[in-house]
Amino acid sequence: MSSSREHPLAQAVREEAGVVLSECYQCGKCTAGCPMARYMDISPNQVMRLAQAGDGDAMERLLSCEALWYCAGCLTCAQRCPRKLDPAAVMDVLREMAHRRGKVPAAARKVRAFHEAFLAAVEFGGRMEEIPLVLRYKLKSLDLLGDAGLAPLMLARRKLPLLPHAIRGRGEVRRIFEKCRKRTRP
Amino acid sequence: MKTLGYYPGCSLRGGGIELDLSVRALARAAGVELREIEDWNCCGASAAHSLDHALAVALPYRVLALAESQGLSEVLAPCAACFSRLKGTGVRLSRSPELSRRMHELVERPYRGSVSILNINEFVAALLAGGLSEKLTRKLGLKAVAYYGCLLSRGQDIVTNDDAEDPKGMEAAIRAAGCEVLPWNSSNECCGGGFSMSKTGSVLDLSQAVLDEARAAGADLVVTGCPMCHSNLDMRQLELLKRRRIPGAMPILYLSELLGLAAGLEPAALGLDRHFIGSRGLVRGGA
Amino acid sequence: MARIGVFICHCGENIGRTVDCPGVAAAAAKMPGVVLSVDYKYMCSDPGQGMIRKAIEEKKLTGVVVGACSPRMHERTFRAAAAEAGLNPYLLEMANLREHCSWVHSDKAAATQKAIDLVRVMVAKARRDRPLRPIRVPVEPTAMVVGGGIAGIQAALDIAGGGKKVILVERGPSIGGHMARLSETFPTLDCSQCILTPRMVEAASHPNITLMTYSEVDSVEGFVGNFTVTIRRKARYVDPDKCTGCGDCFNKCPLKKIPNEFDAGLGTRRAIYVPFPQAVPNKPVIDAAHCTMLLKGKCGLCAKVCPRGAIDYQDKDRLEKVKVGAVVLATGFQLWDHSAYGEYGGGRLQDVIDGFAFERLASASGPTGGRIQRPSDAKVPKTVVFLQCCGSRDDKAGKKYCSKICCMYTAKHAMLYRHKVHEGRAVVFYMDVRAAGKGYEEFVRRAIEADGAEYVRGRVSRITRRADGTLLVRGADTLAGRPVTIEADLVVLADAVVPRSGSEKLAQLFGVGYDGDGFYSEAHPKLRPVETAAAGVFLAGACQAPKDIPDSVAQASASAAKVLGLFAKPELEREPIIARVNRTSCVHCRACIHACPYGAAKDFDVLDRAGKVVRTTADVNEGLCQGCGTCASVCRSHSVDLDGFTDEQIHAELNALL
Repeated sequence: MSSSREHPLAQAVREEAGVVLSECYQCGKCTAGCPMARYMDISPNQVMRLAQAGDGDAMERLLSCEALWYCAGCLTCAQRCPRKLDPAAVMDVLREMAHRRGKVPAAARKVRAFHEAFLAAVEFGGRMEEIPLVLRYKLKSLDLLGDAGLAPLMLARRKLPLLPHAIRGRGEVRRIFEKCRKRTRP
Repeated sequence: MKTLGYYPGCSLRGGGIELDLSVRALARAAGVELREIEDWNCCGASAAHSLDHALAVALPYRVLALAESQGLSEVLAPCAACFSRLKGTGVRLSRSPELSRRMHELVERPYRGSVSILNINEFVAALLAGGLSEKLTRKLGLKAVAYYGCLLSRGQDIVTNDDAEDPKGMEAAIRAAGCEVLPWNSSNECCGGGFSMSKTGSVLDLSQAVLDEARAAGADLVVTGCPMCHSNLDMRQLELLKRRRIPGAMPILYLSELLGLAAGLEPAALGLDRHFIGSRGLVRGGA
Repeated sequence: MARIGVFICHCGENIGRTVDCPGVAAAAAKMPGVVLSVDYKYMCSDPGQGMIRKAIEEKKLTGVVVGACSPRMHERTFRAAAAEAGLNPYLLEMANLREHCSWVHSDKAAATQKAIDLVRVMVAKARRDRPLRPIRVPVEPTAMVVGGGIAGIQAALDIAGGGKKVILVERGPSIGGHMARLSETFPTLDCSQCILTPRMVEAASHPNITLMTYSEVDSVEGFVGNFTVTIRRKARYVDPDKCTGCGDCFNKCPLKKIPNEFDAGLGTRRAIYVPFPQAVPNKPVIDAAHCTMLLKGKCGLCAKVCPRGAIDYQDKDRLEKVKVGAVVLATGFQLWDHSAYGEYGGGRLQDVIDGFAFERLASASGPTGGRIQRPSDAKVPKTVVFLQCCGSRDDKAGKKYCSKICCMYTAKHAMLYRHKVHEGRAVVFYMDVRAAGKGYEEFVRRAIEADGAEYVRGRVSRITRRADGTLLVRGADTLAGRPVTIEADLVVLADAVVPRSGSEKLAQLFGVGYDGDGFYSEAHPKLRPVETAAAGVFLAGACQAPKDIPDSVAQASASAAKVLGLFAKPELEREPIIARVNRTSCVHCRACIHACPYGAAKDFDVLDRAGKVVRTTADVNEGLCQGCGTCASVCRSHSVDLDGFTDEQIHAELNALL
């Protein structure tokens, strides 16, 4: 249901995530079941609550919180929500907004760096390749030493293809990326 | 011989190669031809989903459109994440002509919605029903827990053949391999998913919880169908062992590996020698 | 020549907002036969009714049309006003401009046009109205109360106390209902049995009350004042007249392990049993689903030990017809089955119990003698977690509504547990605490402040059981914005309150409406809360909506007052909307006799002066006819007509629309 008093964020969330924010009654079952909630600065139900408020201060808090970046996409919140809502989808919309505005809290930068490195690898050759992904991630995150010992182990187990492979349709995939970047919403 | 479309996905060409090897070997043993979608691209995984919702639909859309144009009506996506993204996209497209129109415009390929996506549990169940059961001559005699994680248990209208709160989709197959399926608490708990590199601490916590539950249940091994779960439970287990956060190693096998072993296939041909946590103790001839 | 007055009501803004009422009145003034047409803000108010009375007298009206709300709301009001002014009340008609027009439309011009049409139809009808006289029928001054819980007991006692006879019908072997199962009651912590059992005994021994336990309503005929109810007296296999309740039979019955429903499955009973020691009547029944004598013809021990020869394995269900003038439905509630929640163990976790199970554990007369212990291993739990809103306020897996009583009984449970296990932890997960009753908020505060119950605001996402039996309860503290995990020994789910199984079928027998959740519908949510749409059938207790004991008792007394009011007069006036047979044109095809659902249409012998049967026609019994019109519609010779809704009137109404 849309109403004339719906604020722009609520409208975006309804259109992009199919979630009517006013239907959330703050029971907290999303927070209760969220495997990542304990790492978050604000809990999933608080994300829903701030999104319900939707005022400037709430938006500021939402777009700069770490919680958005720590959603593992496990679908537990949507599975168990008694109001048939999807808090993770709300987080998706907000995360994309935060990403586009460049508002990412320091603690979550590694998470974003990983996603960006992943997509850069896909944009380059159409598929994710682990070696280019890891190299890009390390450059973006400046986490140069983390997991340094794993690469030889993976190589020893023949888990990493040494020759990068690019698909024939990589130009097509790049065009998809470019078009998506040009979109103005969410 | 029955033919099935095949979408290995990026993981199965790298860290999750054992899933690729074992699925192909199992299909061969069952007399099913897997036809890989030509020129497939990445489904976008959680990265596209996290940063760009249009891209998160467009990338799977291209895969579905390719499969359709190549005459593949049923496609196996053994990776749980790929399965969830591909099938989820298909469901959303079927519900919204508007989204289909926008994607057609964006990807510049038509897709009519004719492709159905199978996950590994559905694939293995179909093989068993199609005669694979009779070829499972080795009774492995192990105590297993079935680990579905998130994407083989949840997702409304995506995981349609199972109960999200009490998934059972692997049990018949595990029993067919001569193993006992133990009840446990973590069958549908999250292992930390895609945060292996970017938020490693959470993956270690959550994966440890899963391994602790498996041990408490008395399991010899954990059976999974998801390369992300496998990586978190297998590769990251090294760290947990090193820090003595768990008392001992717990082998993690793909469902297809377990069935391959029961069918008498060579452990190396199934990729068992590539795991970080050895399974030699489990099966005679295991790596 | 007809002289019709038209009165258009604004109903405050209810009609006036969407319908141009003065415009409708002006249009009606031009309709044939209309001599006066006015509009007014509140036609049902005293000045509004006064306008009608005055116009009838001054303008010598022969008919009145009130364009207002539904006739269900105010037809009686306006007809009474007309009668006061000397007009036969059945010459007043209502056009429904509210429910049928203003409430369901938004376009003012179109709604106004529709309102004019509706008024024109009723004017056409009113011009053809004939004066009718109410029908008087005798009232059978005996009431039937269905359901022997506290609501039914209270209603029966109040009616009996008012000097009228009552038949109290209870499905189970004993009266007492859920209240007999409770430990102590909020907010005063009275012992439930101590305050209930004297009432049970009083009901059983009251000279005006006939107790029919182990009995169910089988079928219902008749109407207000004159119901004939067939009651199935289920086979007890024990003759209650011979039985002294000595207990030899159930002490000897070899089947000891049947879960006792009364104890929520925590205790056991035999195949021949009384549900609890204080049962009324304190006479056993044999459970035919378990008794080996009845199932396989082997055993017979109870008959051997009975000193009075009261056991009768040949006993059969008997049908008994009773005549009653009014009925109180008090069928109560049961708890929603939480096995629908897979995340709470899907009903498979033994130490995840419902509120009744906890009541039995806490009750001195319960299976543990009041010791709170886990069902799985009889250990006294060190931590008990209580979950409110389990299945309530959940339109996905459970029920949309608030079950009303759970906040209070959960506070009581936490309190009782802390009284019994001093070192124990009681954690309550809640969404809101709804304690809107006398002394209720104070009671909840006492549970928290004096008894140390830990209240956490949030729902629980999952309950799992560790190998050592500990239950991991993963919930949220939404006020602190964090997930919390409690290691519990016992979890009590405050399951939603739902109507008793079989209540919908019973409602259909009595013609009582019920909502989407199966709760019985009252006639008006505010002003007629104990009546139903079926005249003479009243409601008491949780069959109408979730209710606690004080509310149930209050409604029971209210329904008793309604019954006594009905019985205060020896005769009842009924609407004269009944069918009449034109005996000259009737060809006696008997179609109406076959079609009548009430058995009111029957053969009638036309006699000559010598008393000889000249011919036979159909006729309608005024007392039985409900005015449904089925006979009129099946009559091929157009010999049946319905007073107040004649064929001529219906045709005139249709023509007015064309």
